[in-house]
Amino acid sequence: MSGLSRLSIKRWVGLVLLGLLLVLAVGEPLLLNGDPNKQNLSAGLISPNVQYWLGTDQYGRNMLARIAGGLRISFLLALFCVGTAAVSGVLAGVLAAWQRGWIDITLNFIANTILALPGLVLILIFAALIPGSFAMLYLAISLVLWVEFFRVVRALTLPVISGPQLQSSQILGFGPVYLFRRHIWPAIRHDVFSLAAFGAATSIIAMSSVGFVYVGLKPPTPELGLMIVELFPYYHEAPWLLAEPITVLFMLVLGFHLLADKPQ
Amino acid sequence: MAWSVGTLTFVLVRSLPGDMAYKIAAGRYGEDAVTIEAANAVAQELGLNRSALAQYTDWMWNLLSLDLGNSLVTGAPVIEEIRIQLGYTLTLAALAIVIAAMIAFPVGILSGLKKESVVNKTALVSSTFIRSQPVFCLGLLLIFCFAMELNWLPVAGFGGPSYTVLPVLTLALSLAAVSNRLITNNTRRAVTSGYFHFARVKGLSQRRAFVRHALPNILIPTLAFMGIQLIGLIEGVIMVESLFAWPGIGHGLSHAVFARDIPMLQGTALLMGTLFVLVNALVDISQYVLDPRTRDQEQ
Repeated sequence: MSGLSRLSIKRWVGLVLLGLLLVLAVGEPLLLNGDPNKQNLSAGLISPNVQYWLGTDQYGRNMLARIAGGLRISFLLALFCVGTAAVSGVLAGVLAAWQRGWIDITLNFIANTILALPGLVLILIFAALIPGSFAMLYLAISLVLWVEFFRVVRALTLPVISGPQLQSSQILGFGPVYLFRRHIWPAIRHDVFSLAAFGAATSIIAMSSVGFVYVGLKPPTPELGLMIVELFPYYHEAPWLLAEPITVLFMLVLGFHLLADKPQ
Repeated sequence: MAWSVGTLTFVLVRSLPGDMAYKIAAGRYGEDAVTIEAANAVAQELGLNRSALAQYTDWMWNLLSLDLGNSLVTGAPVIEEIRIQLGYTLTLAALAIVIAAMIAFPVGILSGLKKESVVNKTALVSSTFIRSQPVFCLGLLLIFCFAMELNWLPVAGFGGPSYTVLPVLTLALSLAAVSNRLITNNTRRAVTSGYFHFARVKGLSQRRAFVRHALPNILIPTLAFMGIQLIGLIEGVIMVESLFAWPGIGHGLSHAVFARDIPMLQGTALLMGTLFVLVNALVDISQYVLDPRTRDQEQ
């Protein structure tokens, strides 16, 4: 029991952490109305003060607004990618386990082909096709995440489908939607949730990594990885500036990792 | 597997929206200077006017004879560039794996043996800390700490042994952060198991029981997981090499993406994939050697 309560505390911490970041991401444009791209060259590299809570960068752009903008992009990307990957992965996994035959073989072949390339390589190739495109990143990351969902859901669904509970429901004449909701979904729910939280962390890391090697979204987009590279030359003048996107990125990933912790 | 990697990169690159020749011409002469003539010249030179199938068989044939074409940026054959880069990458990866093992095994086994010890708690907190950031952030932190504040080590580049310390350490730490927790769990499972208690009861010393009965059962699942973790290693290699300007394949790959150097991109991606598959196979083989159960199944 003590193990269970400790785990749920972890989840709570993750949830609170993400909640705070979400408030910052959504609240900043509503309440403070900062523009992440508005330059003020005479007010560059200001330390945090009453007017600029997080200071300004080398072009005098409001760092609070930029951090909030970066958070919005990260959250949006994570939401899109995980949503797409989870829905398609669960559907494909259940379909493969249920139908077997050529559908199973085809889907497995696709999954294995994608798995043969490390995820980041695939994402980099996609990023190379159309540089600076959010849609390409979204597509590539979803494609990488999808495989995880597919494999786990397929493995978990197989025993359920051949189990006596589902088969007796089937004999009683219940349709596939009922069977999925009553028998399959409860068996895969926890793992799908964990995978989703991990997937969110992975997609955020992937986007910042691609931004960091300068092939992701293009400036002046306030993307966290890109901000880290851009602020790196100003480390000696303004170390706090560089610390801001790093800290936020760290909190984001930590939050999702804590949230992914599933009760045993 | 290597075939599927190759075909995948081929299909992806060929499915570029827009005209391929036009894109390459844009990469060579700049976006503004592209004319229809330039694009046509490129198409002629590279044989892009032929059917996709002809190009594909041609490309496969070249691949089999290890001809990956020439880099669009340097003009040198891709295979030559990759051969040079591969040595650097393998050095980096091998050193990182060795150091990661040297950190992860002692820490993991110690914290697995004593659950309430300081070692276990420190390991848990620091592993969570390291895992919660992208590899490049960890590298940046190490750069700030050891290169910019303490001035002990060079920031980046490649010139001598001192240049290898930070990249290797970054990669090793990120690998060890994951595997030491796994070793902890496996150790705990092994020493609380029935067979371990039995070994103790029949009179073996703690040390002997551990080496003979617990250690193999810790190693096997850890090794199996290492195979999965290799994805992390390959991705780590890309990021760490880019960050430290380490002249390896990962650096080559991210530069090829940045410069839209398609042959180079295909070459490096292909090699990364092949490397990934190869090391996975190595893990499977060592699994087979270490675990008598897998051999019994065969017979």
